[in-house]
Amino acid sequence: MASLDRTARSFLLSELVTGFMLTLKYMFKPKVTVNYPYEKGPLSPRFRGEHALRRYPNGEERCIACKLCEAICPAQAITIEAEPRDDGSRRTTRYDIDMTKCIYCGFCQEACPVDAIVEGPNFEFATENREELMYNKDKLLANGDRWEPVIAANLKSDAAYR
Amino acid sequence: MGADLIHFFTTNWLGQAIVILAQCLLVTVPLLLSVAYMTYADRKIWASIQLRRGPNVVGPFGLLQPMADGLKLVLKETIVPSSANAVLFILAPMITFITALIAWAVVPFDDGWVIADINVGILYLFAISSLGVYGIIIAGWASNSKYAFLGALRSAAQMVSYEVSIGFVLVTVLLCVGSLNLSKVVLAQSGGFWNWFWLPLLPMFVIFFVSALAETNRTPFDLPMSEAELVAGFHTEYSSMTFGLFFLGEYANMILLSALGAVLFLGGWMSPIPFAPFTWVPGVVWFALKIAFLLFVFSWTKGTLPRYRYDQLMRLGWKVFLPVSLGWVVLTAAVLQFGGWVPKS
Repeated sequence: MASLDRTARSFLLSELVTGFMLTLKYMFKPKVTVNYPYEKGPLSPRFRGEHALRRYPNGEERCIACKLCEAICPAQAITIEAEPRDDGSRRTTRYDIDMTKCIYCGFCQEACPVDAIVEGPNFEFATENREELMYNKDKLLANGDRWEPVIAANLKSDAAYR
Repeated sequence: MGADLIHFFTTNWLGQAIVILAQCLLVTVPLLLSVAYMTYADRKIWASIQLRRGPNVVGPFGLLQPMADGLKLVLKETIVPSSANAVLFILAPMITFITALIAWAVVPFDDGWVIADINVGILYLFAISSLGVYGIIIAGWASNSKYAFLGALRSAAQMVSYEVSIGFVLVTVLLCVGSLNLSKVVLAQSGGFWNWFWLPLLPMFVIFFVSALAETNRTPFDLPMSEAELVAGFHTEYSSMTFGLFFLGEYANMILLSALGAVLFLGGWMSPIPFAPFTWVPGVVWFALKIAFLLFVFSWTKGTLPRYRYDQLMRLGWKVFLPVSLGWVVLTAAVLQFGGWVPKS
């Protein structure tokens, strides 16, 4: 009897019909796709995207060239050279990040004692060639100026949990 | 003047050539357009099944996507591998494409709307669809690549296997019709949708549809081009328009088999309900709708089923479909003979 049942089912294609009905049902469900370039998903304040070097509100750059980020970087993507400035304060003369090496682990911003290097919310920085991904200090500071409002808001909202 | 024109187009060789050319264009241009939009519909249907949106950026609702794809294919470089047999390599996609097109000569779009109203229409279709295998096997051979070769072998074996059961399906239908002429096949199904052959020959309709899937190398029988094992099967080495011709040929074949299914089982150009408001709709529209329905089921299948294993494919073809369809031929013949329904021709 069981074998008759099984034979009948396989000849009547009952499993196929069930499957087809399921996919037909799904065809009329609302789409889940985020229509990417036109709409974007929400980002956590902790999102680790493109790097930025921040400044103090008076325009002074935060980075004091302690090289903690360079030391902790597991991918060794950061290169820093530093000299005392004319006013005697210690500042970087070179701050390079090789974005092709970076693994976006966020250790650099964790290590930074003055919140100078941060990973901002920007993830749309694709370039047309490799060289453009070798970021220098100017590029990083420019990023900082561009994203400062968002970065500051993110740091503030996340401060309670750090 | 009018009589002169009719005389020119019916007797003068130039006039006849113009008429033939116009008929060819009248079939191929809408066919190629529907191939283009079949790819679009395919992608939209799979996308809906997977809760995605599908192409929606190029043009309104992504409607220009097929044009963009076609343009891309045309603009790319045709690469002929150095170890390939260049002549056969170029010839293979042409064979696939041409066989997919010339089969349309006998398909009746409406009452009398057929280019070649020959009395061996089904036989012609069957012969042409068998020739399609040559394009694939030549492509696999000429590419001189292991993936292409294995894909071509699989594809050829699969198409030959399922052609056998398609053959028996055709035999049952023409037993019921008493003619090999496709227009007669449709006329034999006149009346409402309950008079079409899908109802009395339902198992054969299912077998025909599944064999059509196998014949056109579509899911769940798309293992000739199974990406995981064979890269892309027989057209691995093809690029640009040579690939484009394979693609067009494949989709044209799909539309052709849907058209054949519509003619054999869904009453061709007949209106499903045989009275006033429905019979005003031109037959060609009903025919197109039926083809579209079958093509939708093709895409729906692709969105639903996983791929068969090769031995399962062969088992289904030779150990299930062949005996069942053969048995059904005998059964149909017996019922027609002893029920006194043998068609008088």
